[in-house]
Amino acid sequence: MIIRSPFLRTVRLGISSLLLHKLRAFLTTLGVLFGVASVIAMLAVGEGASESAQDQIRQLGSQNVILRSVKPPEDQQSNQEVRVLSYGLTDGDRRRIENTYPGVRSVIPVMQVPEEVRRGTRVCRPRVLCTRSGYRDATGRVLYEGRFLTELDESLEEPACVLSYEVARHLFPFASPVGESIRIGAEYLTVVGVVLPRGPIGAVAIDSTTEVGGDIFLPLAAGRRMFGTTQVKMRSGSRDITEVELHEIIVDVRNAADVPMVADACRAMLARDHSEKDWEVIVPLELLLRAEETKRIFNIVLGSIAGISLLVGGIGIMNVMLATVTERTREIGIRRALGAKRKDIVIQFLVETTVLSGCGGVAGVVVGLIIPAIVEATADMPTIVTPQAPALAFGISVGIGVIFGLYPAWRAANMDPVEALRHE
Amino acid sequence: MTHEVQTEIAAELLDVRRVYHMGSSQVAALDGISHRFMRGEYWSIMGSSGSGKSTLLNILGCIDRPTEGEYMVGGNPVSSLDDNQLSELRGARLGFVFQSYNLIPQLDVLENILVPVMYRDEWPTWALDRAKELAERVGLGGRTGHRPPELSGGQQQRVAIARALINDPDLILADEATGNLDSKTAEEILEVFDELHAEGKTILLVTHENAVGQRAGRTLKLKDGRIEDVVENHS
Ligand SMILES: Nc1ncnc2c1ncn2[C@@H]1O[C@H](COP(=O)(O)OP(=O)(O)OP(=O)(O)O)[C@@H](O)[C@H]1O
Ligand SMILES: [Mg+2]
Repeated sequence: MIIRSPFLRTVRLGISSLLLHKLRAFLTTLGVLFGVASVIAMLAVGEGASESAQDQIRQLGSQNVILRSVKPPEDQQSNQEVRVLSYGLTDGDRRRIENTYPGVRSVIPVMQVPEEVRRGTRVCRPRVLCTRSGYRDATGRVLYEGRFLTELDESLEEPACVLSYEVARHLFPFASPVGESIRIGAEYLTVVGVVLPRGPIGAVAIDSTTEVGGDIFLPLAAGRRMFGTTQVKMRSGSRDITEVELHEIIVDVRNAADVPMVADACRAMLARDHSEKDWEVIVPLELLLRAEETKRIFNIVLGSIAGISLLVGGIGIMNVMLATVTERTREIGIRRALGAKRKDIVIQFLVETTVLSGCGGVAGVVVGLIIPAIVEATADMPTIVTPQAPALAFGISVGIGVIFGLYPAWRAANMDPVEALRHE
Repeated sequence: MTHEVQTEIAAELLDVRRVYHMGSSQVAALDGISHRFMRGEYWSIMGSSGSGKSTLLNILGCIDRPTEGEYMVGGNPVSSLDDNQLSELRGARLGFVFQSYNLIPQLDVLENILVPVMYRDEWPTWALDRAKELAERVGLGGRTGHRPPELSGGQQQRVAIARALINDPDLILADEATGNLDSKTAEEILEVFDELHAEGKTILLVTHENAVGQRAGRTLKLKDGRIEDVVENHS
């Protein structure tokens, strides 16, 4: 078959020359294939991990500053029969923040109750959060049905509660829970609404409590009345009484630019008002920035590994092309004698390397798209293949083919025709 | 027609020397050769082994350059041409036939014949028809799809001759073109050369066999890189 287009003719010639050594061409292609596939797969896994970490941080609300109660380290080993441990954030803290910072939209108190939740024979242990109506806005939870808590619930100390979707499904597998009643500890509450879950929980946990499946929200005032602020834990021969007024205060800052300032002010205020370090300040925005920094480092590491594997592929190509050029010295001499210019020889060999690396690149993209799918199915890790990744990996592989093919091609073109013709 | 063009110079050597440097010593493979090959002439170049026949043919074929002196081909002094121009000249004006055929193994017969065309700036419309015609002419019309390893030595050399003719060259250069062939096949190849000569082609044929050398109209005898004798053969 005679092809008139000079370029296509060269490509066809390149392919038929490569097919003279099928195994060799295949193995060379394999080198590029793995380079490209590993680049795509690593980027996809990295992107997926960082995306799910960022997702979790974003769920905390990037415009929020979160204050948490932390149990202070116990300094003395006491053998008293009754130990009372009182620590953490207070209503006083909440009011002071509310009254001090004009840039704050709302300050939401959260008290957590360690009670079991039941409906008939069904039991679960979600986070039971006593809070106020602003919680949903500040954390961006989406209403699925019914309504969220209101300020009226709060002022009436209404025994109302809102379930998150997974809790609702667990307790009411077949019907809507709205209007039904459930039991928390020894108290009965009426379900008024359901909110959607907070998305998949990924590999990086911000805080162990978020790993608990599901939440139940009830008005803070009602929670205080029903469960109080003290918890009693029995130990061998003694009783531990823990008193925590608020477990969490979510400070919803109107303007994200004010977040660092508000966070610093909260830290300063808590440091002044609390004699012990029984609190911590979590700034999702800072975590987000740190996660981005981590991702940047991750990308540099991945980039180097990927670069090295592609380099290895490129060296493989160069090696094979040098062997090919040596083997085909005589052919080069013939072509030169029949009128081929140096340029023609360079193009001929460059086309061959480009075909090699291009085939490796295409196969690598295919494998590189399959690997993340397998990882996602078997390791239960989220992966994200950005459209740039395959394009980038393919482009680099072809580029490497050309770069590493240049020297062999140049060697071929600069052979002395007489010497080349004499070559066996 | 042959009588008109005989006055034109096809190739001219002016005191050509070709010196190889072997470490500190020098070997003059060609040591001051001056000669004119006229258009339409059929020359054989003879001499003992090492006398410089191949070296001379390489220079005549523009794949090698003289160390000293000048080589004029088609009116152009070779020393004034750069590598690209020499390549063009080889492709367009010269046709090579080698002792070991030198076909490209991954190409079929037709593609091999067309190799010199591939390096022209443009693909001429006549190329394919002419290639088929030439294949027919050298007796390989039915085997255009075969690859060189599937052909006998004689057949391969015919392909090489067709390839040398595809661009209608001014000069056909053959180095021991029958050297690898048995006498019957060699005879067939030589008949093709006779025909080409009759058509007015200029042919320079290197050989060390007298019988072969005497088929050409004239013989250039080399010895130690010099012209020993110029003989008119009467057949
Ligand atoms: N590349 C080279 N380097 C060094 N010396 C060379 C080279 N090529 C040829 N020679 C020398 O030049 C001389 C002429 O060689 P050439 O190949 O032209 O001989 P020839 O007449 O073709 O011989 P043969 O009949 O054996 O083919 C020889 O002495 C040879 O050793
Ligand atoms: Mg020789």
